[in-house]
Amino acid sequence: MLHIKCPYCGMRSQNEFSYGGDASVKRPELNKEISDQEWDSFVYNRKSLRGKHLELWQHLSGCRQWIKVERDTATHEIFNTYKADEEIS
Amino acid sequence: MQNYSIFNLIKNAFTNHQNWDLAWKDPTPKKEYDVVIIGGGGHGLATAYYLAKEHNITNVAIIEKGWIGGGNVGRNTTIIRSNYMHDENALFSEFGMNLWRKMSQDLNYNVMFSPRGIINLAHSDAQMNAYARRGNSMRLNGIDALLLNREQVKEIIPMADFSDNVRFPIFGGLMQPSAGTARHDAVAWGYARQADSMGVDIIQNCEVTGFDISAGKIKGVRTSRGDIKVKKVGLCVAGSTNILAEKLNMTLPIETHLLQACVSEPVKPILDRVVTFGAGHFYISQSDKGEMVMGGDLDGYNSYAQRGNLPTLQHVLTEGIAMMPFLSKLRMLRTWGGIMDMSMDGSPIIDKTHIDGLYLNCGWCYGGFKATPASGWTFAHTIAQDRVHELNAGFSLNRFSTGHLIDEKGLGTKTWIS
Repeated sequence: MLHIKCPYCGMRSQNEFSYGGDASVKRPELNKEISDQEWDSFVYNRKSLRGKHLELWQHLSGCRQWIKVERDTATHEIFNTYKADEEIS
Repeated sequence: MQNYSIFNLIKNAFTNHQNWDLAWKDPTPKKEYDVVIIGGGGHGLATAYYLAKEHNITNVAIIEKGWIGGGNVGRNTTIIRSNYMHDENALFSEFGMNLWRKMSQDLNYNVMFSPRGIINLAHSDAQMNAYARRGNSMRLNGIDALLLNREQVKEIIPMADFSDNVRFPIFGGLMQPSAGTARHDAVAWGYARQADSMGVDIIQNCEVTGFDISAGKIKGVRTSRGDIKVKKVGLCVAGSTNILAEKLNMTLPIETHLLQACVSEPVKPILDRVVTFGAGHFYISQSDKGEMVMGGDLDGYNSYAQRGNLPTLQHVLTEGIAMMPFLSKLRMLRTWGGIMDMSMDGSPIIDKTHIDGLYLNCGWCYGGFKATPASGWTFAHTIAQDRVHELNAGFSLNRFSTGHLIDEKGLGTKTWIS
């Protein structure tokens, strides 16, 4: 079982969370000209990295906050968790 | 190549079965091939077989990082069906059903195809209506479909929970009588043996480390056992598609996810069909050894681990016990995980790419095993003729940008969100 440290609630089991996908995907800026290619990439195309992967999770059965989790997709090791709006260096 | 037959079996018995030919050779890679298939799984082996058989292209190598049949073709729950609603999936899968029916004879290898039928259970009036619609679509495409009511289902699978006070009562089900199971390893080995006999080089323990591309055309592949010059390359690597795509500077509409399956201890014959639970995601059949073979949902997060976690297994088996309460008495023999190339609409991709001579076969989600012969056949056609066959024309890579998605289950763009 994965244990995810919610930045608001502390260490909880994976059962309390739901997955939200790749956190590095950026929605195209609305006020600028957007090509079909950019929309494609935003909606469908994913790198799906093997190794360190920054991803969104929601603490659905807890505080219901969205958070970011840095996790290894090959080993399932979780390195760090962040608030959704936290800048990551 | 020695034929596998009763006569050869008797003949070899006199020499204590010491003199059988090897099923396939272990060649060192040549410097140059017409076609290189990356990935020695079911689809890759089938592709090489049909390249040789249907298109007479035999200067072919299959390059496999591990050993052949060690990935998803060796890890699935062996279900074969064509109970799809949309034309693209239905016609493709039904073409595959015809290949399954004669596969043991074609390959001279017993793949133990067992057309025992699949029943998708319905648990509401609305679901019965949806199944009636799907069944009608199947029949229009020439696929056998039977809508069963509660009593008919009870006759076939009396061990399911038909009591009145269950959370998801069984209203009926949709059955495809010609669906079934096969011995998955035999499929890989059968294709490998025939491909090898026609001159295909099966190169195991050989990892692809890069590609040589110039002027938008594929020139070669770099491997851990040396560089290979090649005219055409077919990518058949399922869960590892994104890793190789990265080496090609491609980003694909695919995420790699984790799917678990499990088998119980072997018990006496009780279930002679494949059954799926309609109020969740759970499927079950009984193997010839007596084990109950079960599977269900993805774990739900990106993973290359080939190793799952218990919460998903618990969730899946809870559904199983809700459907067939006797399962709670069984002990678990084995659980395992594999990595799925989940496409964004739940349907596969068999297509050319923007790189000349590079062909893509991926996005099989949960349904790769049953597609093995049809996938190999159409992919071989696509590679040999440098154009897609009408059977895989819908499985294009650009359908995501043109909006021609094949959303079979209406799950939308994120099939892994359930």
